[in-house]
Amino acid sequence: MQVNAPAPTEEDIRAIIVPLASLEGPLLPMLHALQDSYGHVPQTAVPVLADVLNLGRAEVHGVISFYHDFRDAPAGRHVLRICRAEACQSMGANSLAESTFRKLGISWHDTTRNGAVTVEPVYCLGLCACAPAVMLDDRVVGRVDDARMDKLLSEAGA
Amino acid sequence: MKIYVPIDSAAKALGADEVAETIAREAKSRGIEARIIRNGTRGMIWLEPLVEIDQGQGRIGYGPVTPEDVPALLDGKLDSLGPVEEIPFFARQTRLTFARCGVIDPLDLDDYRAHGGLAGLRRAAAMSQADIIAEVTKSGLRGRGGAGFPTGIKWKTVMEAEAPQKYIVCNADEGDSGTFADRMIMEGDPFTLIEGMAIAGLGVGATRGYVYLRSEYPDAIRVMNEAVRIARRNGVLGPDVLDSGRAFDMEIRMGAGAYVCGEETSLLNSLEGKRGVVRAKPPLPALEGFLGRPTVVNNVISLATVPVIFEKGAQTYADLGIGRSRGTVTLQIAGNVRHGGLFETGFGVTLGEIVNEIGGGTASGRPVKAVQVGGPLGAYMPANKFDTPTGYEEFDRNGGLIGHAGLVVFDDSADMLKMARFAMEFCAVESCGKCTPCRIGAVRGVETIDRIAEGDMAATELLTDLCETMKDGSLCALGGFTPLPVMSALTHFPDDFACHKEAAE
Ligand SMILES: Cc1cc2nc3c(=O)[nH]c(=O)nc-3n(C[C@H](O)[C@H](O)[C@H](O)COP(=O)(O)O)c2cc1C
Ligand code: SF4
Ligand code: FES
Repeated sequence: MQVNAPAPTEEDIRAIIVPLASLEGPLLPMLHALQDSYGHVPQTAVPVLADVLNLGRAEVHGVISFYHDFRDAPAGRHVLRICRAEACQSMGANSLAESTFRKLGISWHDTTRNGAVTVEPVYCLGLCACAPAVMLDDRVVGRVDDARMDKLLSEAGA
Repeated sequence: MKIYVPIDSAAKALGADEVAETIAREAKSRGIEARIIRNGTRGMIWLEPLVEIDQGQGRIGYGPVTPEDVPALLDGKLDSLGPVEEIPFFARQTRLTFARCGVIDPLDLDDYRAHGGLAGLRRAAAMSQADIIAEVTKSGLRGRGGAGFPTGIKWKTVMEAEAPQKYIVCNADEGDSGTFADRMIMEGDPFTLIEGMAIAGLGVGATRGYVYLRSEYPDAIRVMNEAVRIARRNGVLGPDVLDSGRAFDMEIRMGAGAYVCGEETSLLNSLEGKRGVVRAKPPLPALEGFLGRPTVVNNVISLATVPVIFEKGAQTYADLGIGRSRGTVTLQIAGNVRHGGLFETGFGVTLGEIVNEIGGGTASGRPVKAVQVGGPLGAYMPANKFDTPTGYEEFDRNGGLIGHAGLVVFDDSADMLKMARFAMEFCAVESCGKCTPCRIGAVRGVETIDRIAEGDMAATELLTDLCETMKDGSLCALGGFTPLPVMSALTHFPDDFACHKEAAE
């Protein structure tokens, strides 16, 4: 994720989305592809998407804002998702989240000041039989206690 | 020697990758000739990483294995669990949908075939469309995604619809807390889902399929994509499915973190690239679904159960179960429970048997307080409902629902007022925004529960009214069923709502 990279040009964006235009229902795959490349969906992509898909800009914007996954600004270098759903709560997810926040001095959706970690809530990772669960980027971790969390945070440079 | 180390994400979340790496390294340094196979999980999550060693006399289980255990494991000095299929939790199951999960290498098509894979599709490929539908109907299979709608009836509607293009859409959004059966089978036996979708395609005359898979499951997405490529390369998918002269192909699509997109019409909107807002029914998706075309929308487990129905025959499947709930239920036992995991058995086993006997009670060792069955829209069942048998109608009669068959166990430290508040909060966060009782009602619900927590007991009446309004005025089950966990918490655990008052006084 190039946080300081210059804003992508229209050509950059077209190069990513045009190959997907022949899919049935191409908008979500396009948004995922953009977010994969830039760590977020750049504002400059909205008019290009609207043009390629023959949609209004407001419509494109409405889709982007509907989904929790799409960001309008880059996250930290790592994203830590802590599961907040019921099975994880039954195994102490709430206190795990609270103690993590105390350590980092941040809360949901915030990024640590050094830009290392953004913490997000997630509602179930399908790891409900080894709760509480978290995901650091694409890596899943189960039965997370404070010690395991400390290890993850230090690996992530928080 | 063959050594199996699961690649399922629950096993990975408990350290299976490190164990597999250590085994590879240690085996090499000891000069042991070992083939390491990354299988799916058997579903006994409390034993993960569950390593199995086969030296020609069956698979012996060890677990949970840590990297530090590996030298002893390879020296034959680690205590074993015995033959893995004789572990009581596993031995007492009836594994049909999950017959291969944990047994085979998920992406080895030959292994799949050697374990009964493709037999169902081969049989279906020789049948007429009407006979395929009749077979599914006869099996009694009902949708495993939550609503329990008879699969055969849905397929018949799509089969009879005239259209230039029809679709099979697999609902792999699995957003309910306490559920992981979809994930487990997609990671552990992905060809089963592909085979089920192909049979559905042949049955209704659809040549194209999509799996709408939640973005929270990157491992499942990777495995499914690879499995589709392998299936295509081997003629399981494509213009001539298993040389039948009939076409079916499919793609994997990733969701974008919206719970409501598990609702079938919201899912279709999302798949089309729109906001995941729920559509009013009619029209039924079966008649006007994806891009306005006739579409079968089925849950992963519904579709993944179809191959075994065709392999073993509808009657064999229908012979299991109770009442109108035929076949097997794929229970997911989760939360504060000693033996958590996937347990497949004929419908009819009672809630109490599942929680106390199979699950072994709580992980904390404290008494069980409540079990939420069926995800965030399901009821909190107290211990005095533990004689409820698993069955769609049986649960309904007892004020609950089976949903996707996930069970979340809570011990006596759980505060049911907080759980009720969470149910409302979740509804507020995930509402698609179309109906006021859901969008605004859920926010009011949180506020009202906060008032109860502050000692305003009059607010319980308000909460009850609000729940009535949500139930009656919501278009889909998100707004319509959130009252279920809330009211079951209030009804069965009134002390958790009253003690706050005393504390405030
Ligand atoms: C809010 C909401 C979320 C849902 N989530 C899922 C889900 O994650 N997976 C699923 O299969 N069905 C889900 N459903 C049920 C689907 O609408 C639909 O009934 C199901 O996909 C049909 O497939 P089946 O007949 O095989 O169960 C959900 C329903 C609602 C109202
Ligand atoms: S009940 Fe809620 S989620 Fe369902 S359609 Fe209405 S607003 Fe959308
Ligand atoms: S509830 Fe946390 S992983 Fe399912």
